[in-house]
Amino acid sequence: MENKESVENKNMTFEEAMNELEEIVQKLEKGELSLDESIEYFQRGIELSKYCSKKLDEIEKRITVLIEDENGNIKEEPFEIKTEERMSYK
Amino acid sequence: MQYVLTVSELNRYIKEIISGDLILSNIWVKGEISNYKYHYSGHIYFTLKDEKSLIKCVMFKGQTYGLKFSPDNGMKVLAKGYVSVYERDGQYQLYVEEMQPDGLGNLYLAFEQLKKKLEQEGLFDVSRKKRLPYLPSSIGVITSSTGAVIRDIINVATRRFPNVNIKLYPVAVQGEQAAPTICRAIEVFNRLKCVDVIILARGGGSLEDLWPFNEEVVARSIFKSEIPIVSAVGHETDFTIADFVSDVRAPTPSAAAEIVVPEKRILKQKITDIRMRLLNAVIKNISINRMKYSKLTESIVFKQPYNRINNERIRLDNLNKYMCSALINKHDIVKMRIVFLIDKLNMLSPLNVLTRGYSIVRSKPGNNLVKSVYDVYPGNKIEIILKDGKIDALVEACHYDEKEREE
Repeated sequence: MENKESVENKNMTFEEAMNELEEIVQKLEKGELSLDESIEYFQRGIELSKYCSKKLDEIEKRITVLIEDENGNIKEEPFEIKTEERMSYK
Repeated sequence: MQYVLTVSELNRYIKEIISGDLILSNIWVKGEISNYKYHYSGHIYFTLKDEKSLIKCVMFKGQTYGLKFSPDNGMKVLAKGYVSVYERDGQYQLYVEEMQPDGLGNLYLAFEQLKKKLEQEGLFDVSRKKRLPYLPSSIGVITSSTGAVIRDIINVATRRFPNVNIKLYPVAVQGEQAAPTICRAIEVFNRLKCVDVIILARGGGSLEDLWPFNEEVVARSIFKSEIPIVSAVGHETDFTIADFVSDVRAPTPSAAAEIVVPEKRILKQKITDIRMRLLNAVIKNISINRMKYSKLTESIVFKQPYNRINNERIRLDNLNKYMCSALINKHDIVKMRIVFLIDKLNMLSPLNVLTRGYSIVRSKPGNNLVKSVYDVYPGNKIEIILKDGKIDALVEACHYDEKEREE
C-alpha cells in the first residue's frame, strides 16, 4: 500500500482521504488481493472512513462577521441576521 | 444644358456617396423610438427622434435576435449601425445592428471594452481557474450584511451543512464605495488565509446597480486572489465582469451556497456506503480464500492422507522381499559351499579313516589323542576307537622305533 502512515499524522484533506478510500474499495472489490493484503486494506479503509467522518463533524458551526477598524485590525464577531432588514433581492 | 440623370441614377449616386462615408458606415445614434412596427417578416421598423429631428430606422430579423430588451415606442435607446439609402423611396435610413436602452449605453460600451481587454489579457482563461475545495472548513462571504443575499446564503449553507463556518466581510454592493471595499475584502481574506473559498454575491439590480462588479479593480482583485472565488451577482441572466473572472459563476447567491457547501447528509451517507463496500469486499475476499482453502483440503492428498504412507509401505515391503530373496540366494550359495566343505571334511574325517581299518588311541583319563609312543607309559589306561566301537586297554610295554630314538 502506497500510504502506510497514519492519516492523522499526514493531515490529509477530506478529499484526499475520500479519494484514497475510493481506491481502496475498488482494489478490494476486484478481489485480487491476498487475505493478508485485503485485511490490511480493510483496516486502512476503516481508518480513512473514520477520519473523513471526523472531518465532517469537526468543522465548527460559526457564523461571524469580520469588522475592520481604521488601523486595519480585524475583529471577528458573531453574526445575526437582522430580520427586520430582510428584503427580497429577486 | 447640364447632364440629366434619371431618378434611379440619382438615388444610386447618393447611395454610393453615403455608403462610402466612413463615419456613416459605423455609428452610434441616440434617440427615442416612435412608429415602432414589428413586421411579420421578423424585421422591425421605427423612427428615432429627438426634440428637433427624426430618422427612419430598420433592424433586420437576424440582428433582432441579439436584442436584450424589447424595444417600444417612447423608449430612449442607443442604436449602432450604418446609414444607407433605400433607393426605391429615395429615403436614407439607419440600418440598426445593435441596440441598447439609453442610459446604460455608456456603461454597456465600457463593459464591452473592459471585457475585451481583460479577455485578451487572459483573466478569463479557464486554465487560470482555481478548483473549489471539496469540503471547505471555512467560507468567506463578501456581500451586504443586510438583505436577502446573506440570509439566503446562510440558510442554504446551514441547511446543507449544519456546522458550517461562514465569515462575512460586509461590503457596500452598490455606489462609489462598493468596488474599493470589495477589493479590500478579497485582500483581507487572502491576507488572513482564514477561509478556503469566497462567495462574492449581490442580489439583482439594474446595470448601474451591478456596476461595481464590472469594475476593473474588482476584476483584478478576483484574478489575484489565491483563494477560489465563486461569484453570484444579480439574476441568472445578468453577467458581470466579476462573473467572467471568478473561478466559478453561480446564477444566484443561493446557488453559490449550494455550489460551495457540500451536503453533509450525502457525504455521511457516502462514507457509510463505502464502509459497507469495504466490509462486503473483505468478507467476499475471506470467503473466496476459504473456498480456495476447502478446495485444497478436499483434494486427494488431504482426503486420503494414508495413500502415500501405504504406497511407501508397499515399497518397503517390496524392498524387504528383494532383500530376502537376495539373502536367500546368498544363503544357497553359502549352503552349497558348506555341503562342499562337509564333503571335504567327511573325506578328512578320522572316522572315515577308521572304516578303512585304522583306529584312534586316546589316553585315559583325559581323552588325549595318542599320536606318539612317547605319549603313554606302561601301566597307562588307553581307549582304542575302532569303526564300530571302543576297546579299553592297558599299556604293557612301549617299544620305541630306532629312528625315533635317535632323534
